[in-house]
Amino acid sequence: MAVGLNHYLILAAFIFSLGILCMTIKRNAIGILIGVELVLNAANINLIAFSKFTDGGVAPAGQLAAVFVILIAAAEAAIAIAIFMNFYNSFQTVDVDRGDELRG
Amino acid sequence: MDNLLETLAFYIMAGFAAGSAVGVVVSTNIIRTAVFLLGTLGSVAGLYFLLDANLIAAIQLIVYAGGTLILIIFGVMLTSKSPWVRFDATRGQIIVACLVAAMMFAGLCTLLLPGEWSGGPVLEQSPRVKDVGEALLTDYLVPFEVASVLLLVVMIGAAYLARPEK
Repeated sequence: MAVGLNHYLILAAFIFSLGILCMTIKRNAIGILIGVELVLNAANINLIAFSKFTDGGVAPAGQLAAVFVILIAAAEAAIAIAIFMNFYNSFQTVDVDRGDELRG
Repeated sequence: MDNLLETLAFYIMAGFAAGSAVGVVVSTNIIRTAVFLLGTLGSVAGLYFLLDANLIAAIQLIVYAGGTLILIIFGVMLTSKSPWVRFDATRGQIIVACLVAAMMFAGLCTLLLPGEWSGGPVLEQSPRVKDVGEALLTDYLVPFEVASVLLLVVMIGAAYLARPEK
């Protein structure tokens, strides 16, 4: 059976679900960031697969969208790490359950 | 024959990507999680090559595997007293989270599997790197420029946030 669009979509759905799972069960802030990266990668697989299998034009819109997703992911990771370092300076840990200073 | 090879390559790389993603979730050590993420990113780059997206695959390897992952590993090293420090979710939390993720996967599958995706015809010739570059500097010039401003803002913002307190 030839590999079609659905194969890629199912794989992306699987990685997306694992990313959601990773975001929910990790208490380490950097683990949550890694979950976000998994989700963004799943979205990128979808974009590229659609670009290959259904895009009729010459301009590869799906591929360009993927470029911008990768760029946003890199920017988000840089800001997130900076925030985690501030968090670590205040709490001496990156356990997100400990960052409850604003809780009423 | 060519088709068989492509199918084989897809299943190998998809299996590796999915397996590494499972490893990301299962491993409790944050450094191991980051290394499993490298496996996923690398095999997803291989899938991009299969999908004729050579430029995106190269960008994935350079920016993601080379840049973002190094940033994450530096983040781990700067924010833990020992690389072996761990704090896990409770069993109840894990069960609920697994349930939610399984339901999400099942829901996505029921949405996707019967779907017949129609659109333009499949490209005769896959877009070359030249086409992507030209589109980036003509039709997509505004998002390109906005992205460069975003990068500048991120650079300043990260340096501001991470500076030591006076």
